[in-house]
Amino acid sequence: MKKIRVLIAKPGLDGHDRGAKVISRALRDAGFEVIYTGIRQTPEQIVNTAIQEDVDFIGLSCLSGAHNTLFPKVVELLKEKGADDIIVFGGGVIPAEDIDFLKSKGIRAIFGPGTPTEETIKFIKENFKGE
Amino acid sequence: MDDIREIEKEKERWENTTVKKSIEKFPERKDEFKTFSHINIKRLYTPADVQFSYLKDLGFPGEYPFTRGVQPTMYRGRLWTMRQYAGFGTAEDTNKRYHYLLKAGQTGLSVAFDLPTQIGYDSDHPMAEGEVGKCGVAIDTLKDMEILFDGIPLDKVTTSMTINSTCAIILAMYIAVAEKQGVPQSELKGTVQNDILKEYIARGTHIFPPEPSMRLVRDVILYCKDNLPQWNSISISGYHIREAGATAIQEVAFTLANGITYVQKIVESGVDVDEFAGRLSFFFNSHNNFLEEVAKFRAARRLWAKIMKERFKAKKPASMMLRFHTQTAGCTLTAQQPDNNIVRVAMQALAAVLGGTQSLHTNSRDEALALPTEDSAEIALRTQQIIGYESGVADFIDPLGGSYVVESLTDEIERGATEYIRKIEEMGGVMKAIELGYIQKEIADSAYEYQKAIEEKKYIVVGVNEFVKPEEPPKNILKVDMGKELYQKEKLRKIKESRDIDRVKKSLENLKSVAKTDENLMPSIIECVKSMASLGEISDALREVFGEYKEM
Repeated sequence: MKKIRVLIAKPGLDGHDRGAKVISRALRDAGFEVIYTGIRQTPEQIVNTAIQEDVDFIGLSCLSGAHNTLFPKVVELLKEKGADDIIVFGGGVIPAEDIDFLKSKGIRAIFGPGTPTEETIKFIKENFKGE
Repeated sequence: MDDIREIEKEKERWENTTVKKSIEKFPERKDEFKTFSHINIKRLYTPADVQFSYLKDLGFPGEYPFTRGVQPTMYRGRLWTMRQYAGFGTAEDTNKRYHYLLKAGQTGLSVAFDLPTQIGYDSDHPMAEGEVGKCGVAIDTLKDMEILFDGIPLDKVTTSMTINSTCAIILAMYIAVAEKQGVPQSELKGTVQNDILKEYIARGTHIFPPEPSMRLVRDVILYCKDNLPQWNSISISGYHIREAGATAIQEVAFTLANGITYVQKIVESGVDVDEFAGRLSFFFNSHNNFLEEVAKFRAARRLWAKIMKERFKAKKPASMMLRFHTQTAGCTLTAQQPDNNIVRVAMQALAAVLGGTQSLHTNSRDEALALPTEDSAEIALRTQQIIGYESGVADFIDPLGGSYVVESLTDEIERGATEYIRKIEEMGGVMKAIELGYIQKEIADSAYEYQKAIEEKKYIVVGVNEFVKPEEPPKNILKVDMGKELYQKEKLRKIKESRDIDRVKKSLENLKSVAKTDENLMPSIIECVKSMASLGEISDALREVFGEYKEM
């Protein structure tokens, strides 16, 4: 069976990468193939990497408050490039009222501070469509 | 006095009789007790665990090795500076918040800049989209800086500015604003962070490669030495290293290792260590493990004093003093049951005070969700005031000094940090260790271990992995709307239209030519900001000469 492939990405200028690194490692330990982009990626760079790496999921991490601008842009670009089968989820310092907005823009789940990594792993397993 | 051997012998007896009998019936909560720095916590600490020489290892406050504090009378003279880090939206918004905080009794300002300002992009740059005014105030030109400090006399307040890659530019703007207010540079008091090494390690707002970045750090330090004698020209920061996941020992080790690197850099340029070391300052985190944190501050102070005296042969006491700002640990705040954060912050703040901090920022309860509202920011400030004015701890100097536990932990942290510093030096120093990814990996390992410990419930986080209850998300959250970004872009456009473009171009050309030499960059940067060149334009001029750093 094909391994589940996940891209963890840091859009925008935010340098807080503790969460992104921790979740990358937890997903790897859970048996997924994980690519981490490093900090300061534009939505275009993230989408290009996702397509090149043929990932099933993109996890976006942002703690600077720019999530409402940057997360939807990633989903839009995926659509434009016909890659909207890639499932996008996110995490970071994100107030509750923004979660509804982000979901309406096609971000499938938001994992805030204090979320056990197990929850994200479960989300990925349940939403993986396979071959 | 009891004989130490006698105490040890008696302790053994106590373990084998009284304790043994007790744990048969009531076993201890854990098989082994450890701090997160992997320090073994003994069942009981006695005089046998703290065999220091009082005069050599502790000494007296205000004297080498400063274990008990840097000022002779500590808070009996003056309380620490209550300095709340604040900034959001436009300079207009933040100026209002500063007036509010000063009226509420805050004693110093601390500026949070948005990410585009920190990374050298104007608000209208494509990379700035969505980030303008989000986690700090947006500053594009000198005009914004004038608005930011409108009605705030710069000869009266002290200002700390969290700025690193673009530190020289922001400091130049501050100097220019002061000049307009009629305040000479020599009277300015405050701090710039100017600590680029930890940006590569943990915080991520670097622009240029390490070499030219270190030159900018040096230029700011030396410019301040000659022109702003009361200014702290660097704040060597463990805060962000800890936030990224480091342990208390790693925080001390990596911060002091960075400090060594800066001192070396300046000394290499031919300046005597006692000419500048007195203006170096530090910035630490205050985390959850109360006693370990108190010990950490004391250990850092003693170790730095030794490094400055023994290694750099400093002669002035001021050069050996580790003066520091503290912020409570943002990473310990929970989005769940956010009011609990008030209690966490109070204890972390108390640890910082018992550890002898010179200034303090207390986090607000809602910061795991967004920037703080005015109400939350006020509770955070009140927390400091309660510690300072009501708890009584400020009347004592180093009140935990002499505690068997705290002295033993102080020794252990100093030992652990010394060992790390040795390892880094064997590797070829901090710059090499960063290049190899060693420091980053050590921190990431600790962060992952911490996360696992929480998920395995080895660590309990109240409201997160225990004592959980369903709750409604809090409603009153500070929002910075997109209107701010548009307003800021428009302001910048108007300034660009109305300035003397020839003067701007000339100043930027001059900056580039100075950048190619080894001359101090500050005077030409001051001329650039006065010509109304924008922060982005000045950064771009330097990018042209220095190039950009690419993370591996």
